[in-house]
Amino acid sequence: MSASIEFNQLHKRYGAHPVLRDFDLKVQAGETVTLIGPSGSGKSTVLRILMTLEPFQEGCLTLDGISYHQPHGKPPFFASDVHLHKVRAKVGMVFQSFNLFPHMTVLRNLVEAPTAVLGLSRDEAEGRAVELLHMVGLSDKAKAYPGQLSGGQQQRVAIARALAMRPQVLLFDEPTSALDPELVGEVLSVIRSLAHEHDLTMLMVTHEMRFAREISDRVCFFEGGRIVEQGKPDQIFNAPEQERTKRFLSSVLNG
Amino acid sequence: MDLSVHLPNLLGAAATSLLICSLSLLMAASLSFGAGVALFAGPAWLRAIAFAYVEIFRGTSLLVQLFWLYFALPLLGISLPPFLTGVLALGLNTGAYGAEVVRGALRSVSQQQHEAARALNFTRNQTLWRIVLPQSLVEMLPSFSSLAVQNLKDTSLVSMITIADLTFKAQEIRNLTQDTVAVYGTALLIYFAMAMSIVALMRILETRVARSTGRLS
Repeated sequence: MSASIEFNQLHKRYGAHPVLRDFDLKVQAGETVTLIGPSGSGKSTVLRILMTLEPFQEGCLTLDGISYHQPHGKPPFFASDVHLHKVRAKVGMVFQSFNLFPHMTVLRNLVEAPTAVLGLSRDEAEGRAVELLHMVGLSDKAKAYPGQLSGGQQQRVAIARALAMRPQVLLFDEPTSALDPELVGEVLSVIRSLAHEHDLTMLMVTHEMRFAREISDRVCFFEGGRIVEQGKPDQIFNAPEQERTKRFLSSVLNG
Repeated sequence: MDLSVHLPNLLGAAATSLLICSLSLLMAASLSFGAGVALFAGPAWLRAIAFAYVEIFRGTSLLVQLFWLYFALPLLGISLPPFLTGVLALGLNTGAYGAEVVRGALRSVSQQQHEAARALNFTRNQTLWRIVLPQSLVEMLPSFSSLAVQNLKDTSLVSMITIADLTFKAQEIRNLTQDTVAVYGTALLIYFAMAMSIVALMRILETRVARSTGRLS
């Protein structure tokens, strides 16, 4: 199960400062889309709005046909918590700084939300958690606390934790930016296997260009709160049409 | 003058002090969490009540609060026994300080934890009770330890409303024996020993909580 996403003429401001302007983006169910571009261009904000961590001021956003506005509610306000609860049930997010719950063991991090939010039995949730830990290669860390793990291990647990909620859309907000270079690979390989094995819609903000090129169905180049150019990875990386895309790519690929 | 004759008396009175301290701390703990959580996450009307409670009791003298409950309340038709009055005044007072500790510790949990909880679709209440409060517990305990010791020392004020606590008894025995140095010296030592026991107990609790929340391994 996966879901489609549609941003329609969305405006997002912090105070008077516009972050997203007339923003349009459609993501098909099951698609893997990567957002690249200079920092401060609004890429992460797109994910944060999708996760309901940020409100927006104008425009429409729907996920699997469900609006982020209250049905019949008055725009530009974000819908009520009760309504957004339904939206969030379909979306999961992996954060740059992992954000595991430090007071819980790894297993408990994976079991807490499925039992409390989805109402699974403890046995069922633990069974699923064990499977997921196996998938991310951390079966032996179930009883450890997050503070005892490396950054790469923590991020893999965070991915498993997000998957434990069976999201249809999974958002990755610079999942490897906080990691030491030698730990990036283990996290990317988990994400890579997700892109292949799971019928998930994935949206990722990353600075790992080679990785973006490898796993994406589509790459969107962002600048100044807009998508400047988008297309198949080969087209964006080999034959970008826009001058700004060329400049950005040459600076990150050669710099 | 041989003080050992009076030592059992002093120790008995110390037990009264400790009882008042313990009961008022129980009350203070409930008030701290109630008012602290209300200040952090309550609806506006509840926050206002908690705010008024905390500021009134932090902003006025404990001794006057004690006198008010003991001497003024009966004039309004409510008369409480001295022991209960003492526990009530101390509990309310320490609870007000404790509420600020709880609120501060809840606030110290990072915004990222709130975001992670929202991404997992926890409700606000679940986020508070399952994610934020358990993490903030470790932050609260050192301050609670000082407040508990402060509370113990403040129990000496209840001697002013005729309760035979350690201070009250020490005064009585001093008047009888005129041995000021030894009697008050002994009283000080007993207070000190009780305070150290509280500190030690709180240290054990701190270690326990730290261990069960992954802060120590």
